[in-house]
Amino acid sequence: MAKPAATSADAPVLDDLRPPAPSPGRGAAKPLRWLDDRLGLARVGRAGLRKVFPDHWSFLLGEIALYSFIVLLLTGVFLTIWFKPSMAEVEYQGSYQLLRGIPMSEAYMSTLDISFDVRGGLLVRQVHHWAAILFVAAAAVHMLRVFFTGAFRKPREINWLIGIGLFSMATVEGFAGYSLPDDLLSGTGLRFVDGLIRSIPLIGTWAEFFVFGGEFPGTLVIPRLYMVHILLVPGLLLGLIAAHIGLVTYHKHTQYPGPGRTNGNVVGYPLFPVYMAKAGGFFFIVFGVTVLMGATMQINPVWMYGPYNPSQVTAGSQPDWYMGWVEGAIRIIPNWEWHVGGTTWSWQIFLPGVGLMGLLFTGLALYPFVEAWITGDRREHHILDRPRNAPTRTALGVAGITCYGLFWLAGGNDILATHFHLSLNAITVFMRVAVFVGPVLAFLATRRICLSLQRRDAERVLHGAESGVIVRDPQGGYSEAHEPISQEEGFTLTQHDQPLPLEESPATDERGVRRRGAGVTGFRARLSRWFLGTRIPKPTRGEIEAAHEHAGQIEAAHEPDAAASDHRDDAVDARP
Amino acid sequence: MKNRRPRRRSALIRPLAIVLALFVLGLTYAALQPATQSMADGSKDQIAAGKALFTQNCSSCHGLNGEGTSQAPSLIGVGSAAVDFQVGTGRMPMANQGQQAPRKAGTYTSDETAQLAAYVASLGTGTSTPDSGQYNPAGLTDEEIARGGELFRSNCSACHNFEGAGGALPEGVSAPSLQGVEAIHIWEAMRTGPGQMPVFGQNTITDEDARAIIGYLTSVEAEPSGGLSLGGIGPVSEGFWGFIIGIGGLSLFAVWIAAKGARAK
Repeated sequence: MAKPAATSADAPVLDDLRPPAPSPGRGAAKPLRWLDDRLGLARVGRAGLRKVFPDHWSFLLGEIALYSFIVLLLTGVFLTIWFKPSMAEVEYQGSYQLLRGIPMSEAYMSTLDISFDVRGGLLVRQVHHWAAILFVAAAAVHMLRVFFTGAFRKPREINWLIGIGLFSMATVEGFAGYSLPDDLLSGTGLRFVDGLIRSIPLIGTWAEFFVFGGEFPGTLVIPRLYMVHILLVPGLLLGLIAAHIGLVTYHKHTQYPGPGRTNGNVVGYPLFPVYMAKAGGFFFIVFGVTVLMGATMQINPVWMYGPYNPSQVTAGSQPDWYMGWVEGAIRIIPNWEWHVGGTTWSWQIFLPGVGLMGLLFTGLALYPFVEAWITGDRREHHILDRPRNAPTRTALGVAGITCYGLFWLAGGNDILATHFHLSLNAITVFMRVAVFVGPVLAFLATRRICLSLQRRDAERVLHGAESGVIVRDPQGGYSEAHEPISQEEGFTLTQHDQPLPLEESPATDERGVRRRGAGVTGFRARLSRWFLGTRIPKPTRGEIEAAHEHAGQIEAAHEPDAAASDHRDDAVDARP
Repeated sequence: MKNRRPRRRSALIRPLAIVLALFVLGLTYAALQPATQSMADGSKDQIAAGKALFTQNCSSCHGLNGEGTSQAPSLIGVGSAAVDFQVGTGRMPMANQGQQAPRKAGTYTSDETAQLAAYVASLGTGTSTPDSGQYNPAGLTDEEIARGGELFRSNCSACHNFEGAGGALPEGVSAPSLQGVEAIHIWEAMRTGPGQMPVFGQNTITDEDARAIIGYLTSVEAEPSGGLSLGGIGPVSEGFWGFIIGIGGLSLFAVWIAAKGARAK
């Protein structure tokens, strides 16, 4: 017979499985208690619901992306009920008479049916498309907020990478959705991507055959994109979003600098009830705005474009906004193409298409690590930078936006030409130069603006705020009176630290032996000086005290009668 | 000896025969010329009135006899359809020299336009203004109009955009919007190829096809849209308004939400 397992009297009790003493539950408490006994949600809830979030409008940009994603899921489910991802040819006999009798794919016909024959179908289609535009746009704007405030710094680098992944996945998801209706515009977009794939050196043609199952367009690509659009990428997005928000919860939210806010706390209100109400309300606002846009603004009128026909193309063929910059790069690049032997090397497609996209995403992904390497900063950061206090980073960001924006404009060069009565050729020539010169100018201008703002902050701390009161002194001179700023504001303006650039490590140690391995190279030191070297020193304690004393003296000198101590707080400062 | 006389005779006859043949050919051609004869376009009075108008308003650029100058092309042989299109849509006379004459409110009444057209048509053979039956889309079936849409997308939308909103061409020229253009002018533009537009002759687009295309364009304009059409120029304006209304509007809401209610300072 089996022996009973030996038990030791002093074995530790790992978990107390005895039920807690039943408390007399009444009303709503009873079913809640029943649930809690089985799921143990109260413990999770207690911590989660009391979680504190700081308040700032820019923290809600990411929420726009999250909520429009939920709108996309809801409207997407509705659309999948009616959409047929098939490229089988049918003859349209639906209720839109301007296409009756035209041969088309089943995918296109079912999109027309959703638009004209399914109750509410057009509204849901338009809401879905507007929400898609908003989803990617909000993600991009949220990413810019994170970039400019330095929220990607340690310990949030991995969440930044997840964000980059989300952004790229959102682009793929949007493109797949744009291609599904199989109308003339989406077919043209698909042809564009077909060209991008083909331009990849050596493997291009094979890659195209792999994706399209043969020559473009074939009959496989719509069903494949449908799978990508409704299963693969949404799954990845959901997983990444969960990880993204999970890490935000784990790291706790960053906050803008201010009195009482330190690297070790989060000042704000708890999730329940304040943020529950705010976030919940914001969800309905986002939902409402997308529905309003879908109801009042036409988007992607597929019935106008007609069914896809590889022999046709229409003026105004552009991708949705997030691919517009690649479109622009391809529109303006000179026609660089090699013909070697029997092969074609299409650099004019590969470099701006595959190359630029790779450059953007790689650059974004590496940025936090590059910046940390340049500054040598290994500390944790939970207080956000005011963009002016990181002038080089801010200038880099604006330069990037400028470059992106110029490519973007180039993508709409025909619209610019017709609407602003410009020559298409002139726009192309201008953009070819501007995409290189523009970012440099933007960098220099932004850094100067940042430094001026720093100077203004320093002046505000030392001299106070302009009161708007012009004082005439006995000699007849005029000056503006300054009021000292509050201590809280003074803290906010001076709390940031101004790290020093890295110094180059000496080539030999103190014993004159050549150093090996770790150390700051000259190159890194120069980069560090470039990154951190330009700044306006913030006022020191001594300077602030001197400035206050100075202000007091001036007041005493100018208004001897009013120099009573109770007026000392309103000390005015005449500019020297 | 015997052979010399016939040889001398043939030397005389050959040039004569060539002249005669040319004469006969000319006569035959004159007799069999296409029916769109310029002279048939207008009465003598109309032509005279048209010449007066032409001399006063057009000749400074196009020459006193429409022969063209360095400023403007010759009008000999352009036909009355081209005149009706250019003048009827207000493109001619030009307000100022430029890459392209834009459509504007016409300067001339339809009678005056007809007189000018008759005069220019009298200068040389060209395409005549069409009869209503050639361009009027009335009476087309749904299927014919749908076919017109297919023809429009195949032949026109590459420049004129999917709903005829117009598009850009190189060197500051653009394909104009077709919205609000009269049917007859669309027909005339197809046949005469103004500016950069290619000529779509009878062999490419029959009158039947032309009517179908015009029918499609008129029907598309009459269709209700799914909300504000945002210019009907595709994803560029959609993205633009998506950012302005969507991101801009929601940011305002975000500012409002962050500022309202319990707030951490």
